[in-house]
Amino acid sequence: MNFFANRIVAEWLEGLGRLALLSKEAISSLFTFKASARDFIYQLYYIGVKSQSVVLVTGAFTGMVLCAQTYFQFHKVKMDTATLAVVSVSMCSELGPVLTALMVTARVGASMAAELGTMKVTEQIDALRTLATHPVDYLVVPRLLASIASLPLLTAESIMVGIISGYLVGVYLLGIDPAYSYYNMIRYTGGADVVIGIIKAFIFGGIIAIIGCYKGMTCGEGAEGVGRATTEAVVYASITILITNFFLTLTLTELLRYL
Amino acid sequence: MIEVRDLKKNFGSHTILDGVSFRVETGESTVIIGRSGGGKSVLLKHLIGLLCPDAGEVLIDGEEICGLNERQLLRVRKKFGMLFQGAALFDSLTVAENVGFALQREGKPAEEIKRKVTEMLDMVELSGSEDKKPSELSGGMRKRVGLARAIIYQPQIVLYDEPTTGLDPVVSDSIDQLILRVRDRLKVTTVVVTHDMRSARRVGQKIMMLHNGKIYVTGTPEEIFNSTDPVVHRFVNGISVPKEHYF
Ligand SMILES: Nc1ncnc2c1ncn2[C@@H]1O[C@H](COP(=O)(O)OP(=O)(O)O)[C@@H](O)[C@H]1O
Ligand SMILES: [Mg+2]
Repeated sequence: MNFFANRIVAEWLEGLGRLALLSKEAISSLFTFKASARDFIYQLYYIGVKSQSVVLVTGAFTGMVLCAQTYFQFHKVKMDTATLAVVSVSMCSELGPVLTALMVTARVGASMAAELGTMKVTEQIDALRTLATHPVDYLVVPRLLASIASLPLLTAESIMVGIISGYLVGVYLLGIDPAYSYYNMIRYTGGADVVIGIIKAFIFGGIIAIIGCYKGMTCGEGAEGVGRATTEAVVYASITILITNFFLTLTLTELLRYL
Repeated sequence: MIEVRDLKKNFGSHTILDGVSFRVETGESTVIIGRSGGGKSVLLKHLIGLLCPDAGEVLIDGEEICGLNERQLLRVRKKFGMLFQGAALFDSLTVAENVGFALQREGKPAEEIKRKVTEMLDMVELSGSEDKKPSELSGGMRKRVGLARAIIYQPQIVLYDEPTTGLDPVVSDSIDQLILRVRDRLKVTTVVVTHDMRSARRVGQKIMMLHNGKIYVTGTPEEIFNSTDPVVHRFVNGISVPKEHYF
């Protein structure tokens, strides 16, 4: 029993170490501009542009349900016009970045792990190395850059759509007073909330790409290995995002208190 | 020049290489033969630093490569071309992009890449397949694309993992001729792993047999093919050891 516990901890720490080494390699490669612009643009299209539909639907329905539920509770204490302020603040600093990141993880993190994993098991990554190309330069860096660049934009889009659809549901379906709602929303949503959301999105973008690529590049043998790498990429990236989010909220709120 | 000293490799509890030592001089072609699953591909991957040995050394032009990190290895690998057993083509790229990959990464101009790719594809008898994807090719065609990709940038050392396996005899012969032309024209150090005894006889100046994780015998093709050693004799003539008969 003790032996197994030791092994699990050791393997976990080893994995964490390798992940850190990959991140270091990727970041140092990032600053030496070894990646090709063409690959970066393709990834930007795939991660950024093609994820929009998923992110928009998520943002819209989250904003709508959040507005409805908040209204149901606030209505009991006659605070109807504060509803949109709650929607706006939660969308900006928590739900927008987190839900966007989770949806992108499911879509993009999984496909990165599957793609790189397949390349690993069919020796394509080895072939890359024999052609004097570092797999991190060629495969990881364009994905990492594109993911870091896309996530803040996708998040901003999702926040905006979420607030607008919340407003529409609140005003036209639930009959909240638009003028007071709008006033309260502007009054209680600070610049800090928006900044926190965007900073989080940058960090989540990095997490998704690094974990997706790491899982792909360390994939086990055969089709089973690729399947497992894909699942693990999604699970680990999602959990990491949720945990990181909590600590980011605490630290960023403290740091940006005076904004 | 490639020099291997007392190379050992285990996968788990499985010993694959158990003290392999040999030397391949510059411009020389060496054929490695041995049973399937005997560790020939593993040995080849050690020569180019894709695998790290458990013990022993690999020296390329006198430089020990086992201690180098991935980035330092890139410099050494510029000297190498390698054909993989399964070709390992990039399946998201077309045939032409695969073949021109190394030149593209070096930043060569597009016209030059195109011209060289056409020339190479012509050499491996695949003209007109430029825009196909690897998934549209047969196993033998993929192998030839892999070969073109490995030699287009004129490396000093080329490693071929079973270049003629799965090809028809005529194409096999043309690939053997190509390997010899590449070797002679640019004084390329050549290591070929093969099961194909006809091909081994044609391209090898020296033949080594890998057996039980060691180099069992080294010799010229005549010596190997006329060997009276039972293991070597059975291998080169394709005679199995009689087993109990179930059928
Ligand atoms: N990455 C690996 N992990 C574990 N075992 C491996 C690995 N690569 C090769 N092997 C094992 O090493 C042995 C030799 O394989 P290989 O070199 O491919 O043989 P061959 O001589 O046919 O090319 C096989 O038993 C194979 O299972
Ligand atoms: Mg093999």
